[in-house]
Amino acid sequence: MILARIIGTVVATRKDPRLEGKKLLICRPVDPDGHDEKGYLVAVDTVHAGFREKVLVVQGSSARMASGCKDTPVDAAIVGIVDSVAQD
Amino acid sequence: MYLGKVIGRVVCTVKNDTLAAKKLLLVKRLPDGPCVVAIDAVGAGASETVYVCRGREAAFAFAGQEVPTEATIVAIVDEIQKAQ
Repeated sequence: MILARIIGTVVATRKDPRLEGKKLLICRPVDPDGHDEKGYLVAVDTVHAGFREKVLVVQGSSARMASGCKDTPVDAAIVGIVDSVAQD
Repeated sequence: MYLGKVIGRVVCTVKNDTLAAKKLLLVKRLPDGPCVVAIDAVGAGASETVYVCRGREAAFAFAGQEVPTEATIVAIVDEIQKAQ
């Protein structure tokens, strides 16, 4: 899983029926200090995350195991809203 | 699977209910790789060298549960022996 920050939303009218009702958010990966990294990804929201929030994103086929994503064509899901990151 | 070092903890109050009661640790891939958030399956602690399973198989560490994880700490490394 990676840390990421929500930077936008995606609206798709025509989509797979199994994605109906799912919120699609654009996420930018961040390092543990909160600095942006390269790239972005579109993830399905399962925790009602909001704009600019730091979130936990699970990628790959494991994303389908999140509740609400069973048997859906999803390879990135937001599974947590990060409160804090403590580094040793 | 790869070796990593635990460098921190991540706290999420709001999370997917399949992640309830799971400990989230920040792991840096050794020797000099990126940081990932991994679920701890063995009770690893700060600064320990650990063995991380990634991909779909990472969820197999929690038999009988469907846990959405693609990185799980499955062992704590005691010792590494390298050939000279």
